[in-house]
Amino acid sequence: MTFDVSVIVAALPEVLAGLEVTLGIWLAAMVFGALGGFGVAASRRFGPKPLGILLGSIVNVLRGTPFLVQIFLLYFGGPFIGLKLDPIPAGLIGLSAYAAANFSEIFRAGFAAIPLGHIEAAQCVGLTQAEIVRRIMVPEMTMLVLPQCVNMAVVLVKETAVLSIIAVPEAMAVISALGSQQYAFVESLFLLALIYWSLVELCSWAGRGAESRLSKYRFS
Amino acid sequence: MSLRLFELMLTAAGYTVAISAAAIAIGLAIGILVCAAKLSPRLWLRWPAIVFVSFFRGVPLLVQLLLIYNLLPSLGIAVPSLVAALIGLSLCTAAYQAENLRGGFISVPRGLLEAADMAGLSPWQQFRRIRAPIALRLTVPALVNEAILILKASSLISVVGVVELTRMAQNLSASTYRPLLFYSVAGGLYLAINWIVAAGGSVGERVLRRGRLS
Repeated sequence: MTFDVSVIVAALPEVLAGLEVTLGIWLAAMVFGALGGFGVAASRRFGPKPLGILLGSIVNVLRGTPFLVQIFLLYFGGPFIGLKLDPIPAGLIGLSAYAAANFSEIFRAGFAAIPLGHIEAAQCVGLTQAEIVRRIMVPEMTMLVLPQCVNMAVVLVKETAVLSIIAVPEAMAVISALGSQQYAFVESLFLLALIYWSLVELCSWAGRGAESRLSKYRFS
Repeated sequence: MSLRLFELMLTAAGYTVAISAAAIAIGLAIGILVCAAKLSPRLWLRWPAIVFVSFFRGVPLLVQLLLIYNLLPSLGIAVPSLVAALIGLSLCTAAYQAENLRGGFISVPRGLLEAADMAGLSPWQQFRRIRAPIALRLTVPALVNEAILILKASSLISVVGVVELTRMAQNLSASTYRPLLFYSVAGGLYLAINWIVAAGGSVGERVLRRGRLS
């Protein structure tokens, strides 16, 4: 096994483009997932009951089935119901939906963990429901859910690798294709492992930093 | 979908369950060793365990599976794809289970161990009668969670050619041109399996809670 670094250097523009797709899909899925998940969690808590039940079952389906099956259903099954998507949009939609389902459960637990006394106190001093959410629940929840959100970010960056199976041109697809062209498949996988490993460690390191900086807002 | 095809899907679901169960069991055994190494005061034991956990939790399972599947033959070890897949799944879940176990062990209340010291229990007795039972009981919910994660993650071994539920759905939708149907059925079967595991887990937790003070 000899790893020819020049292979990667020669294909550097492609590799960088692959990394860009990975990072782009990851960040977009984080943003859409967190916003969507917050919307779902808030609707389940404050919205009408039938909506809550509907959203709850969608969340259960998305959390109870493998991401790979979801993405196959969307990408290969979609065209049969008039939903023909290119790999990148399909990957982005699939990963965002998966992220939203998981984020919604994190936020739901966060909402549930806010001490009732704080909400009652806010009601007593005459805050409206919207003010209570914005000024009491969201700030308190941020501290509670931060570790799980970092964990979710780690899960999502690893799930982007799965998108290579539906030919999304992200890091995994690009680098492993280079590897098999150059008969250096194992080496390319080691490189990928290193890339994802550093992304994940970087992410958890940043998460720990954020946690300790925000810990002064911790209420308990 | 004919009954014959549904039977094929059910059989494949059986493979998914069997492979996941085997990976969970092997992973638990490795996880116990890794957890012990990680809690050890000896640096040369602790460091490899830390790197092991960090690597297998930090690299996508898909990369791990392809790496093991392609690395072993190039080292001259020819293994069937099923074995490679099982090794990959087991190592990955071992890293997660080691962390879960460690979480259980470090949450054993200190007061209990001090009390055991006062009562004159030897370190081994303390481990067997206090630390291990409490830590294991604390780990059960995480173990059930991990089982569900592995059942879902086992869909990735379809990529190295193991015909489990996802691969079967792939094959059947390719030959019948009905991906909507077969991937939905696959999803439904995964949901059913996970639901059963979760229900079994909560029964198990209730049994373990019996006779507990708190």
